[in-house]
Amino acid sequence: MMLYVNSFLFAGFICLLAQIILDNTKLTPGHVTTIFVVVGAFLDTFCIYDKIILHVGGGALVPITSFGHLLIHGALARAHDFGIMGLLMGMFDLTASGIIAAIVFSFFFSLIFKAKD
Amino acid sequence: MEKKKYQDIVKKYTPQEDRTYHGIVAFVIGGVMGVLGQLLLDLYANWFHLPTTDAAPFMIITLIFFASLFTSLGFFDKWVAWAKAGLIIPITGFAHSMMSAALEYKKEGFVTGIGANMFKLAGTVIIFGVVSSYLFGFIRLVIFGG
Repeated sequence: MMLYVNSFLFAGFICLLAQIILDNTKLTPGHVTTIFVVVGAFLDTFCIYDKIILHVGGGALVPITSFGHLLIHGALARAHDFGIMGLLMGMFDLTASGIIAAIVFSFFFSLIFKAKD
Repeated sequence: MEKKKYQDIVKKYTPQEDRTYHGIVAFVIGGVMGVLGQLLLDLYANWFHLPTTDAAPFMIITLIFFASLFTSLGFFDKWVAWAKAGLIIPITGFAHSMMSAALEYKKEGFVTGIGANMFKLAGTVIIFGVVSSYLFGFIRLVIFGG
């Protein structure tokens, strides 16, 4: 039950932070999502995001920061086996499901539906 | 004098952005998305008898599926316009940007339209994510040994 409360607070806090940046600067949503992905990858340089996920659960996996976290972990898992070349081999291992799902669903839905404006 | 008067009038009629309201909405909707993620994690872990870590891709695929479907049905745009960061920062924003690009450029054909433009908005996330992960991964490998 504690995980649900933490999920709400953490995901809400990340979104609130993004909204404050959006409202007070001239950055577009594209800039903000990019910054958050880089921050997610940065936090995992020092194993911080791993600990957050342990305590928060799903709430830490839903925001885009987890995308950076999964990228760096895929790369490091391969680097563990193959050394420096492994960094280039496994980066999409963990994010593949999300990217492929987004491509496949977007493609087929765009065949079926029309743009509404 | 004229100019100052004009600026005052302009200031009076510029719509006031209520930042507190936007912040609260983003916090609540973002929090609800987080709870939804945790709920789906538990559901999938129970249904398929998976450890919670393996249920994460299932949860992300489900959220992407519904974000894409709702975007193509037309009403997710209004939700995003209302909740702003509350729906852009969760993975739904990623799916929404790809889906709306695919729908918008559909009329320009399959290859030059959908194929060339699907990553127009979501591409920056992937490119900067990969570049920064490579750099940070390199640092972690050299300094902390992986």
